[in-house]
Amino acid sequence: MTRLAAFLMCSVLAAPGLAQELRATGDMGVVVERATGSVLIVDQSDHAALARVEGFGDLSHASLVFSPDERFAYVFGRDGGLTKLDLLTQKIVGRVVQAGNSIGGAISDDGKLVAVANYEPGGVNIFDADTLEQVAAIPAGGKALGLEDAPGRRFVFSVWDTGETRIVDMSGAEPKVTTLTNIGAEPYDALITDDGRTYIAGLFGEDGLSAIDLWAETPTARRILPHYGRGQQEMPVYKMPHLEGWAKAGDQIVLPAIHHHEVLWIDARTLEETGRTQTHGQPVFAMARPGGRQVWVNFAHPDNDTVQVIDSMTHQIVGEMVPGPAVLHMEFTARGTEAWVSVRDENKVVIYDTTTLKPIGEIAAESPSGIFFTARAHRMGL
Amino acid sequence: MPDRAALLLALLCLAAPAIAGEDAVGPADARRLEHLVLQDCGSCHGLTRKGGLGSPLTPEALAGQDRDLIATVILDGVPNTAMPPWRPLMTEAEAYWIADYLLKDVKK
Ligand code: HEC
Repeated sequence: MTRLAAFLMCSVLAAPGLAQELRATGDMGVVVERATGSVLIVDQSDHAALARVEGFGDLSHASLVFSPDERFAYVFGRDGGLTKLDLLTQKIVGRVVQAGNSIGGAISDDGKLVAVANYEPGGVNIFDADTLEQVAAIPAGGKALGLEDAPGRRFVFSVWDTGETRIVDMSGAEPKVTTLTNIGAEPYDALITDDGRTYIAGLFGEDGLSAIDLWAETPTARRILPHYGRGQQEMPVYKMPHLEGWAKAGDQIVLPAIHHHEVLWIDARTLEETGRTQTHGQPVFAMARPGGRQVWVNFAHPDNDTVQVIDSMTHQIVGEMVPGPAVLHMEFTARGTEAWVSVRDENKVVIYDTTTLKPIGEIAAESPSGIFFTARAHRMGL
Repeated sequence: MPDRAALLLALLCLAAPAIAGEDAVGPADARRLEHLVLQDCGSCHGLTRKGGLGSPLTPEALAGQDRDLIATVILDGVPNTAMPPWRPLMTEAEAYWIADYLLKDVKK
């Protein structure tokens, strides 16, 4: 009897220990701390930081992607570092410095390959996602950027200096590269829609963007919104806008303009303009809340303390918040109930309820920039 | 005649802060400018100024360049490139302060 009681007690005591060892990653995320070369692993449900991990090198302009099992994050640093982080053990499990100066990366649709776009030397390097061993190098003759994953084990990127887009097919034994020339002057970033069909590159050197239909037999680049700023005075750009795969808002795609303080709306199929919204400043990110009902926008220096919320049906601004100095990035929870906003110069991440637009939580972080939730693992182009 | 002398004196007084140039940048401004260089120039030139979309701005990369030229580039940008003019957002004294800051080996 006493033995049974003792045994029972032991198993009761042991249970919490066991529960702690098991943990799912679906509500986890990573916050980049750009000045200190560290990241925070966060828990979305608890509004909490679980751990700080250091040793990522120069994380100015850092981004990351997740493995299909949502356990590992591949962090792309400015200094060419590609670092693999285990969210569960909270440790770095692999790191290579693969170039001198990098701008972002992507993971293949099957999760087997990680690609990094480089400014210095230009081009894209491709690695085995397991071992971080290099499997291919795709030269570009200039600064490679706007690197996205496309269905069929493909990667797509553009080249600032030459105005080209390259489609890299990794489905065979050797990489097969298709080059589209003359897509537009100085592409600065790109996105791919969440159906994997449309690759859109933003152009710095001209008013307009370039779109490529990846479903086409022979993909070609087509100018969209040509001369969208015609007649308006060009404004200086103190920070380049970013294009990300959160652009689909219902039947439309929303895009930040450049040199103009507005966001642009186009029909997702015809790619014709459906409207414009004048904004508080030069938009940096224009991100559709999952479901697409609203779009959240942040801005370049010196207007970067503000976030505006735009209704995607009326194109009207329906909310404006001032989270604090230097809002660098925003991330929605998977179903869009919350938006997490990084406020670099106040060393915090502010959590907003997306219905009330009121802050409901805060996490301390050192100069936070990008915020990435694991649900990205299961979306194309993120 | 005394009127002219007075006027001249008044003009000189008005001009004084401009002549003082970088002296007009106090310690609090210096911290703000240092932050600006790190973070906001850093978004194109890199946190460590080794370059990105913008060219490297390390003392080695800028070696031999004249501070006037650098300050002018900061104030007026480089036309037809991504380097924007900062004149709308800062004074000439601040641009000179940044030029000197970039030319001197402040980090590492
Ligand atoms: C939006 C991107 C961007 C931002 C922000 C930016 N720059 Fe630049 N900068 C550039 C580019 C691109 C060039 C190269 C221009 C060229 O091709 O000549 C450049 C060139 C320069 C040069 C000339 C370098 C040389 O070797 O002659 C200086 C100096 C400079 N920037 C200083 C600054 C300072 C100081 C700041 C912040 C106050 C700043 N830049 C912010 C993009 C930027």
